[in-house]
Amino acid sequence: MEIIVYGIINSVTLSLMALGFTLVYSISRLPNFAHGALYITCGYIVWICINALGLGYFPSIVLGIAATSAIGALIYRLIILRIRGMEISEIIATYAIGLAIIEGLRWGGLRGSTFTLPSFIAGSVEIGGVAVDYQRLFVLVFGVVVFAALNVFVKFTKTGLALKGIAQDERAAMMLGIDSDRIALISLALGSGLSAFAAVLILPLGSIVVETGYNVLIYSIAVSIIGGLGSWGGAILASFIVGFAQILTEVFLSTHYQMVISLLAIIVTLLVKPSGIFGKQKELDDRV
Amino acid sequence: MNNEHKRKERIDRGIKVRSDGIFAISSLREMMYLAGPRILLIAGLLLLPLVLGLAPYWKRVINIMCVYALLAISFDFLANCVGLVCLGGSMFIGLGGYFAAIFNVYLHLPVYLSIPAAAAAGAVVSTILILPCLSLRGVYFAIVTLMYPLLFTRVIEAFNILGGSNGITGLDSFPGQNPENYIIIGILLAVVFGLRRLLKEDIGLVMHAVKDNDQSVRASGIDVARIKALAVLIASFIGCLGGAYLAHLYMWAGLSLFALDFSIIPIAAVTIGGGGTLFGAVVGCFILVPLSEFLRVFGTFRIVLYCAVLTGFIVFKSEGLMAWCTRKYEQFERWVEV
Repeated sequence: MEIIVYGIINSVTLSLMALGFTLVYSISRLPNFAHGALYITCGYIVWICINALGLGYFPSIVLGIAATSAIGALIYRLIILRIRGMEISEIIATYAIGLAIIEGLRWGGLRGSTFTLPSFIAGSVEIGGVAVDYQRLFVLVFGVVVFAALNVFVKFTKTGLALKGIAQDERAAMMLGIDSDRIALISLALGSGLSAFAAVLILPLGSIVVETGYNVLIYSIAVSIIGGLGSWGGAILASFIVGFAQILTEVFLSTHYQMVISLLAIIVTLLVKPSGIFGKQKELDDRV
Repeated sequence: MNNEHKRKERIDRGIKVRSDGIFAISSLREMMYLAGPRILLIAGLLLLPLVLGLAPYWKRVINIMCVYALLAISFDFLANCVGLVCLGGSMFIGLGGYFAAIFNVYLHLPVYLSIPAAAAAGAVVSTILILPCLSLRGVYFAIVTLMYPLLFTRVIEAFNILGGSNGITGLDSFPGQNPENYIIIGILLAVVFGLRRLLKEDIGLVMHAVKDNDQSVRASGIDVARIKALAVLIASFIGCLGGAYLAHLYMWAGLSLFALDFSIIPIAAVTIGGGGTLFGAVVGCFILVPLSEFLRVFGTFRIVLYCAVLTGFIVFKSEGLMAWCTRKYEQFERWVEV
């Protein structure tokens, strides 16, 4: 029972982390290596808002998410836009930005376990004999809400449909008058916002440390590759696979193996089915 | 200045055309024109330890500079000649260093054997580790190489193998400062000129073709994945050579061999120096590494600075210094009326 409950919660956590990364990649084909950095940035902004500026909890959360989205948009507008299409430069630039943010925060004093966010409501309930605190339930609930909202957004709004169009066929979408740069900007802002949202939900479970930035990046990459780069459904399914695998290793082996398991999963995926679980249409494209 | 009715014209210098294009060398001056830059690099490198002989601290910096230059060359070779972006240069350094420690401390091989042996072993291991993503196009290679160094650190830390977080101590050192300097300088020169030679050979052409158009390579009946694996083997051999040397230099192999510096400085150096030339990578390191010694007090803020410089160069001057210098050396510019 414990395995099932915590497995589900861990899986939803992973898919929340990975959603931003896989969204940006699926729409603008941009591997956003700054994803983990944006995640940790949001946590830090919220912490500053609460502790240094004395704002309330919920205003700070809104401010944090908005600020992180703005940072994502700025990164696109100022840097990525100029090197769009040059694959090597794109990878190096986003990697450099991510490193700069993470190491900048480390230098700026984000060390140790003194930085924590309060949980929404303290306390815990019992589900089937397993004690689960409210924050983990919030992760679960909001995770499902975000997926639903994102689906509605993509299917029923004009911007959402434009996003989908660019993701499917960029040239055809451009011929129909969709501005590819604007959509890419929106996608990066949205992806950053999603990573910020995940940070706000997940960070209260632990403390804000810079290493989390790297972990989030690695886990989201693992989930995206296993699910098939750019496929949302695949990412969700993959996060359940990785999530349960992690919980199982934690219960039966030890916590140390968690990272090894995700990497092993990536390598097995690349060997057996390189385009991931749901990456069917790209299978020919990605193979050399 | 009124540029509206003028444009900039670039013309090859006469001496360049005679000595390089037509290859009709008739005077010492033309020979010097061809050999000059190469001699400058070789002589500069060989004289550097003598010039800095008065400052022992900076003599050690030369070693580190050359190790970074090796890494930068391996990155440049992979990124700009084969089209694979390796974000985890520290993986090569770490593997090379740990293998050197194993060979030297546990198996008692002498220094001069353990460095090449460690480089070879590290190259084979990293190639095998990277192998699964080589038959794929796109960002997979960057992603997987980004993950490995982080993973190695966690694994060594968690399982407490290979000395755990203390590392392996007690490696043999080099006999003195001069051998220390000249071994790595010799390796660097051999690697630079060897690789440039390799890229001019048939296999080098194929590698360039893999970057530019892999489908046409495949259509010619050449296995793309095998060429890529060969390139990774060569690049990781160069990187591991640096790592093995570094472990012997510090007489210690530990987790800091997987540090981020080893991943980001080579990338920054290649971007500043100019990709695809190999010389550019060396020049970039010779600018960045001494700079990083001056900035040592800033701690991790250095990485922020590199990233800022790197992003600036990528966005505003993506050709790099070396390409700019080559242009000035080979061509003259003038404003002409339109």
